[in-house]
Amino acid sequence: MIGIVDYGMGNLLSVFSAFEYLGADVMICKDPKQLAEADRIVIPGVGAFKDCIGRLHSENFVDTLNNEVLIKKKPVLGICLGMQVMAGRSFEGGEFKGLGWIDADVVKLHPAEAEQLKVPNIGWNEIDCVPGIPLFAGLPPRPDLYLVHSYYMKCNDPRDIVATYTYGHQVTAAVLKQNIFATQFHPEKSQDNGLQILQNFIKWTPECQKEG
Amino acid sequence: MSKRRLIPKLQLKTSSFDPQRMVLVITRQFDDVIEIGDAVSQAKIYQDQGADELIFVNIDRVDKSVQKLAKIIAKVSEEIFMPVTVGGGVTSEADFRLLLSNGADKISINTAAVSDPGLMARASDKFGAQCVVVGIDYKKEIDGTFRVYINNGRTRTDLDPVAWAVKCEGYGAGEILLTSIDNDGMKNGLNIDITRAVTSAVSIPVITSGGCGLANHFSEGYLKGQADAVSAGSFFAHRDQNFMQTRSQIKNSGVNIRVYN
Repeated sequence: MIGIVDYGMGNLLSVFSAFEYLGADVMICKDPKQLAEADRIVIPGVGAFKDCIGRLHSENFVDTLNNEVLIKKKPVLGICLGMQVMAGRSFEGGEFKGLGWIDADVVKLHPAEAEQLKVPNIGWNEIDCVPGIPLFAGLPPRPDLYLVHSYYMKCNDPRDIVATYTYGHQVTAAVLKQNIFATQFHPEKSQDNGLQILQNFIKWTPECQKEG
Repeated sequence: MSKRRLIPKLQLKTSSFDPQRMVLVITRQFDDVIEIGDAVSQAKIYQDQGADELIFVNIDRVDKSVQKLAKIIAKVSEEIFMPVTVGGGVTSEADFRLLLSNGADKISINTAAVSDPGLMARASDKFGAQCVVVGIDYKKEIDGTFRVYINNGRTRTDLDPVAWAVKCEGYGAGEILLTSIDNDGMKNGLNIDITRAVTSAVSIPVITSGGCGLANHFSEGYLKGQADAVSAGSFFAHRDQNFMQTRSQIKNSGVNIRVYN
């Protein structure tokens, strides 16, 4: 069973529909207790960082998530803001503490002015994926994936980064750390390439789970 | 930058046979409405052909029900996994919320942006600028100037389309959807001058539409008009137009566009 964290923000329906389309058992979890029944967790999200972490706290998701993800090591997928909230801190509209699962800061995209690149970046971009990652199995080289964002996750440990793209500078497109996988792009909006990644997530057994 | 986008536009109206149903239509100069089929199945065809996004607009002049539109979008989002823009009859933040929670990614407003410009700011603040799309329909006047029209092209305003686009950006719009009423459904090409004037004047993405009849018309929109996206309705719906062929023709003209892989 895949549990989608519903903390009152973001387009849950598309993520839910995509997993259902792939034939997975999926439920929307409004109550943190429901996450205990899930063997995989998805944190979606669209909006501002401050609201996202604020609602995770006020809806009492933080302790449960820490327990399910950091102690029980359940595979987790963060999407867009659901990725950024895993960082230690964010500088979107101030300075805010995140879940701290990934050693990173969330900072604004900063292409040089001369490049005339628009922020937010909205649209399809070719993503460079690290080879051999099971979550990227079956994708064409440099797959086109859909992004909508103004901020990105700047990782302090480059080993966490498994996909990037160039937007004036190098931008983190996906991170992987033990049982934690997160993408800046929207797999649920990226047609076949995105569905392939979600399918891979459904089947994924993280190395840390194999050992334990 | 992100790749240039190719966006089929699906226009909807209440079926003349079944008032409970909304059907897919095509138009010419915002008139001559022809009912051509089912929006959801057409959207699936566009998905299989690798469209970059979809736009759904309710153009019914009488039935402006956002509820009815939301129902269709909910059905679409069960099977369509790409960005979807929805508009037609949206006048409030509650309408935004309803459509977004039923699977829309962006909401397009047109008449409401003119009558209540504050809506752009309020929606942008609540849901993010990326989901506030302002539709600008414009037409050439007898004296050679261009004016913005609202109410599905029926009501003329005193607004100049380029100046209005700049104002919308200031109010918090995240994207502009330009449509030439004169060129709509005529298949004679886009209005490149207005497109170029708008793309030079704003820094948000611009979708241009109205008039595509050949692959070359799309290329002109991107290369001469500098549009981030080109949208078309009758070009894709009205005839047996091969989407993938059109796309490779556009790519071959030097446009950085996704080729279906």
